[in-house]
Amino acid sequence: MEVFLVSLLNGLVYGMLLFMLASGLTLIFSMMGVLNFAHASAFMLGAYFAYSISLIAGFWVALFDAPILCGLLGAAIERFGLRRVHRNGHVAELLFTFGLAMVIEKVVQMSWGLLAVPYRIPAGLDFPLFSVYGTQFPAYRAFMLLISGLMFLAIWLALTRTRVGLVIQASLTHPEMARALGHDVPKVFTLVFASGMALAGLAGVIGGNYQTTSPSMAVTMGPIVFVVVVFGGLGSLLGCFIASLLMGLIQTFAVVLDYSAADLLANVGLTVTRSSPFGELLTMPLPRIGALLPYILLVLILWFRPRGLMGTRDT
Amino acid sequence: MKSIYRAALAALAMILSVAVTPAGAQGTIKMAYTDPLSGAFAQVGDSNLKMWSYLIDYINAKGGAAGRKFELVPFDNKSQPADALLALKSATDQNMPFIVQCSGSNIAAALIEAIDKHNARNPDNRIIYINCGAVATELTNEKCSFWHFRFDLNVAQKAEVLVRALPKNITKVYLINQDYLFGQSVQRDVKTFLKQVRPDVQIVGDELIPLGKIQDFSPYITKVKASGAQALLSGNWGPDINLLLKAGFDAGVDLRYYTFYAHLAGGPTTIGPAGDGKVYSVMPNSENLPVEKGLKEADEFIQGFHKANPGMKFDFSSVGFRTILEYLQEAINKTGSVDPTKIAFALEGMKRKDLFNYDTMMRKEDHQVMMEYMVGQLSKGNKYDSEGTGLGWKVSAVVEAKDLMQPTTCMMKRPAK
Amino acid sequence: MRTRTDLRWIWVIALAIALVLPWIFFDWKTSRHSGFVLTMLSEIGLMIVFALSFNMQMGQAGLLSFGHAVLFGLGGYTTAHALNAIRTSGIWFPLELVPLIGGMGGLAFGVVIGYIATKQRATAFAMITMGLSELVGAAALMFMTFFGGESGITTDRMIESSLVGASYSAPWQVYYLIVFWVFVSVALMWLHTQTPLGKMANAQRDNFERTQFVGYDPQLIRFWQFVVSGFFAGIAGSLYTIVYEIVTYDALAASKSANALLASYIGGVGGFFGPVLGATLVVLMQSGLSLLSNSWVLYIGVLFIVMVMYAPGGIVGLLGQHAPIARIGRLHELVLPYVRILVPALITVFGFVLLVELTSFVTIGATQGKKFKVGSLMIDAATAQPWMLAIGALLIGGLWLRLASRGFMRVWDGLIEEAKTLGGAAR
Repeated sequence: MEVFLVSLLNGLVYGMLLFMLASGLTLIFSMMGVLNFAHASAFMLGAYFAYSISLIAGFWVALFDAPILCGLLGAAIERFGLRRVHRNGHVAELLFTFGLAMVIEKVVQMSWGLLAVPYRIPAGLDFPLFSVYGTQFPAYRAFMLLISGLMFLAIWLALTRTRVGLVIQASLTHPEMARALGHDVPKVFTLVFASGMALAGLAGVIGGNYQTTSPSMAVTMGPIVFVVVVFGGLGSLLGCFIASLLMGLIQTFAVVLDYSAADLLANVGLTVTRSSPFGELLTMPLPRIGALLPYILLVLILWFRPRGLMGTRDT
Repeated sequence: MKSIYRAALAALAMILSVAVTPAGAQGTIKMAYTDPLSGAFAQVGDSNLKMWSYLIDYINAKGGAAGRKFELVPFDNKSQPADALLALKSATDQNMPFIVQCSGSNIAAALIEAIDKHNARNPDNRIIYINCGAVATELTNEKCSFWHFRFDLNVAQKAEVLVRALPKNITKVYLINQDYLFGQSVQRDVKTFLKQVRPDVQIVGDELIPLGKIQDFSPYITKVKASGAQALLSGNWGPDINLLLKAGFDAGVDLRYYTFYAHLAGGPTTIGPAGDGKVYSVMPNSENLPVEKGLKEADEFIQGFHKANPGMKFDFSSVGFRTILEYLQEAINKTGSVDPTKIAFALEGMKRKDLFNYDTMMRKEDHQVMMEYMVGQLSKGNKYDSEGTGLGWKVSAVVEAKDLMQPTTCMMKRPAK
Repeated sequence: MRTRTDLRWIWVIALAIALVLPWIFFDWKTSRHSGFVLTMLSEIGLMIVFALSFNMQMGQAGLLSFGHAVLFGLGGYTTAHALNAIRTSGIWFPLELVPLIGGMGGLAFGVVIGYIATKQRATAFAMITMGLSELVGAAALMFMTFFGGESGITTDRMIESSLVGASYSAPWQVYYLIVFWVFVSVALMWLHTQTPLGKMANAQRDNFERTQFVGYDPQLIRFWQFVVSGFFAGIAGSLYTIVYEIVTYDALAASKSANALLASYIGGVGGFFGPVLGATLVVLMQSGLSLLSNSWVLYIGVLFIVMVMYAPGGIVGLLGQHAPIARIGRLHELVLPYVRILVPALITVFGFVLLVELTSFVTIGATQGKKFKVGSLMIDAATAQPWMLAIGALLIGGLWLRLASRGFMRVWDGLIEEAKTLGGAAR
């Protein structure tokens, strides 16, 4: 029971972090069709900006400023780069963001060095909030849940209650029609791209001191975010939310469930050892492949249901 | 059209080949050095280069060898064996007698095989491989080679150091390692030595984690806590150890962490004050070792590095490489030449005292160095702290070379003298 | 019509250059070939095959794959195991034909992977290949028997069985074997584009609905194109194993797939020969540039971005745009305008490179014991002068470039207009 409860909490926290990252990407991908490889780079930049700002002005200022910086950068990228590449097709846009990710990683290395920087949890939040069966649950994790929850609420409100939000919603599912109706879709695109990058930056501010802030952050988080976006489905923020939580929980619980395919087979009477054919594969316990489960799920869902969990359009 | 581009390619390659041949001073003893200098592991090669350059200046100030100075020629291998082999080709093209490499047992394995083949096929253009940090045990056992000299302890030896340093009051341990050759070796060797040296210790848990993929270690900490372990033993490196330690501190569990690599550059920074007194690591030396042993020369030598490199925050962890240069210096002076075959024969079996006044030996059977190793405890109140964190590596235990002479399965083929 | 015969001559010239190249770098003093140059040329050769096989999917079939290196690496592992098996069993199998084994390995895995991946197209296909690439990459570290874990599988190419009696102990023998296989593979891949499958792959890339109306199943076309490209990727992987005599998990990694993508795109995905140029350039930049500077990743990234933005057709595309002007014989009129933009372009590039190197030196390289040297000129990064020079060159060069490029575009547009009116009828 203890293990279950603690894993549930930790899985939720990780899932919400994934959601913070993936929500921006879902918006960008659904609206503009751009698979933004530089999204995880915004995550990394958010963490680094927050580190530098917090050295001068403290964590709370960084919490506010770093995402804005990422948003401005996103706006500049869209306005001066992506928009020009747009006419060359989706593949060109994808490759543009791909090259951008390479450049950003190198610039980060050149600016902050090759090693991880000591971006720490602010002292005000660095205490155990409560204990679950003797294991502490740090207050910072609760803070993360709070921020990501607020963010979800804010996005939902913005999309459903504001005029721009309605236009965005329409463009999410029917971009050509929205343009035909006379809305300034390019400006909306810039807004969405900038907001998406700002959201990723916010995730970086929160997640950077939860994990480690180093130049390889983007490469580690990048693939899993794509998995979440595709799994959740195009055009659906709720799908993204569910997918994020699902991935977070799966990865967390996979670690604590010490079973392998061989155990399953033993239940139906087949004994498998390491020397049997495919023995190495079948005796592999779940925790060892836990981090790979999202990719297996990705392949499966693209096979059976390419539009993802709750997607409104085909990928 | 295509032919023009082919011609341009030829011209470019010509220019590059000229650039590659260093117009350096004739007569220096060149050592090719290959490690990742770009990409994900760039800080390894980068920090090593800084340390090597200080050490080479030192040995050249002590006269170099046979009247010539040493020179290190770096090659970036981007963590890829193919690039390391390319660097090897460049080194042999320029008749360099040594190639040095410190990071990545996969690259080391590739180099050993390639050098064996090259030296057999080209007896007039041989090269010696100085291994300063690739620790896979097989490299001096099944995969051993006459031309390979390892100047760092291998995994099995480090595992023995770790087990020997485990305090008597620890009776329940949990093992977490990375799921690949290295991590699996650590897992296997730690279990072997626990049985041999500490049969009273119970292994209450044993995990392998996918390399570099886990962001959140709290589920693992949950399992460790549920098992009742008092100490966590891990060969993890990089984010896999930093995040593991972080998760452990966050959850507030009462654990001691015995690691292989918590001391690498960036480690103490990421561990932070929460790790005071809890984290131990197996290391060849720490900056506080000469202080505790009262060795003034070594202390000044180490601090001299920091004075020469004021911008560099991390520990002078590779100061032990000075021993390598001293071995080479003695071998070259003894044989009076830079011929790799003669030097190799001179190196094996050589005995020296290192700068910490401990006995070391390059064992003849497998070309594995026998040297002392220590276990450091990250704690406050030491003369030297790491990376400006206020915490330094205190010497918790030292295991000497004579206790680490493990048996070897090496059957190397020796060339004619 | 100059096309057919001229193309054939290009093949012959290229072959001649490839055969002669090692001797240009021969060290006459020690009568030794340069091992480094030969290995690098071999690397270029096998990357050419790899990039071309990638372009079979991307350029010809519109399938962007993030996991092409999986087929390359698996071909390499298959070859390594085969070579080891040949040694221990003593069966006579000439080394010259070993790449075929790698090709068959790539083909077999291509069937398995292709079956899963080609069910979708476009973005979904790309995502599946990304997921599979991550999976296989992780598996390579975990499973020892086939992949050999971290240290990979080592092998020895001197299996003492050869059709031409070579022992392959010397790098130049290996090089000529590579040249042979590169030419054979490139020729076969070129011929493939002329087959019905090759043509239909183009068709389903351009308009997959119409392809269905014509009577072909786009999914089957995608599948077979994938499988054939897997065969050639396997050959490339096999050549890799023969050159390096070791294959490790990084041969499967996402970064290798990214290399193929870079090489193809920079060279140009539209035509057939684009990836050849791209692969050559990328290998030279990666292996050559990295010897001169640690910031080579940045340069490749910037080059890539610039190409995507301004020259999406790659180098080949850029060259192809000159074709109409060449046909009306007015190419020489572009020489002066080109010189006029070349000068500011060089200044801008110089300024950018200097700035990057200075920054990199200050933050990373400073205490690496390296001194900042250009040729024999020492530069002190602590003073303001080099920085001013760099920033100045960048700004001035950039502004001048903008001005000059407007003039260039005027001349260019004029020529294109003339080409259209004059030569329009012939095309």
